[in-house]
Amino acid sequence: MDQKNAVTREPHEAAPSLLPPVDVVEDAGGITLYADLPGVSKDRLHLEVDADTLIIEGEMDMRIPEGMEATHAEVALPRYRRVFTLSKELDTDKLEAELRQGVLKLRIQKAEHAKPRRITVRAA
Amino acid sequence: MDRSLFSRDLFAELDSLQRQMQQAFEFSPSIRGFARGGFPAMNVGSTPASAEIYAFAPGLKPESIEVNLERGVLSISGERASELPAPDAEASLHVQERFAGRFHRVVTLADDLDPDGVEARYRDGVLHVSIRRLASAQPRRINVN
Repeated sequence: MDQKNAVTREPHEAAPSLLPPVDVVEDAGGITLYADLPGVSKDRLHLEVDADTLIIEGEMDMRIPEGMEATHAEVALPRYRRVFTLSKELDTDKLEAELRQGVLKLRIQKAEHAKPRRITVRAA
Repeated sequence: MDRSLFSRDLFAELDSLQRQMQQAFEFSPSIRGFARGGFPAMNVGSTPASAEIYAFAPGLKPESIEVNLERGVLSISGERASELPAPDAEASLHVQERFAGRFHRVVTLADDLDPDGVEARYRDGVLHVSIRRLASAQPRRINVN
């Protein structure tokens, strides 16, 4: 059973996909990631956090007219995938995701103890 | 294969192969070009009754996209605002790959299209423009009496 799972899982993970462009911004409270995933609807977006790995996957949901013949294609694959390694101070329980018109906005908060603190220096 | 038993310069062969491939993939390279890597990325297709253009332009307001069709030339323009913090904000930018700013792309299409039969929809960040072919240009079955 396990073996069968391993076999059926393999091709999915190896399926060729596009690398979506991203912007990553960090502020005192956490990290915000923006990813361009045009054509992906909410129900076809797959986000996964596995230990310190963040996986973003999306399948395009395009309605193409019947009998259409492609004459020029810059986007030649119907799916996106990108993997990031997160660092320890990020709290993956506090992850907010929002998908609007093909742009994913992902906010990952820093763990309380990792937020910057100002250290007061006292005069001796 | 049948051209010559003794192949010419290997690089010349490769060059010619590359050009043939390009011809095969890009049916009719337009004089305005089809710059790859531009924003938005575009796919173009055709059916007997219409031309279908898909522009992958995520994160726009539908009302801010300008689509014009003039004599078989379709132009798509607009602006994508940057969501990044101002440079003086207390934030650091680790990765910056997404397009920001004004964009303008032009596609030359066939000239049998009906300027009154254009429909544009924006969904999940993809602009889909469907242009009907002129009725006179569509294949018709001619009855033989």
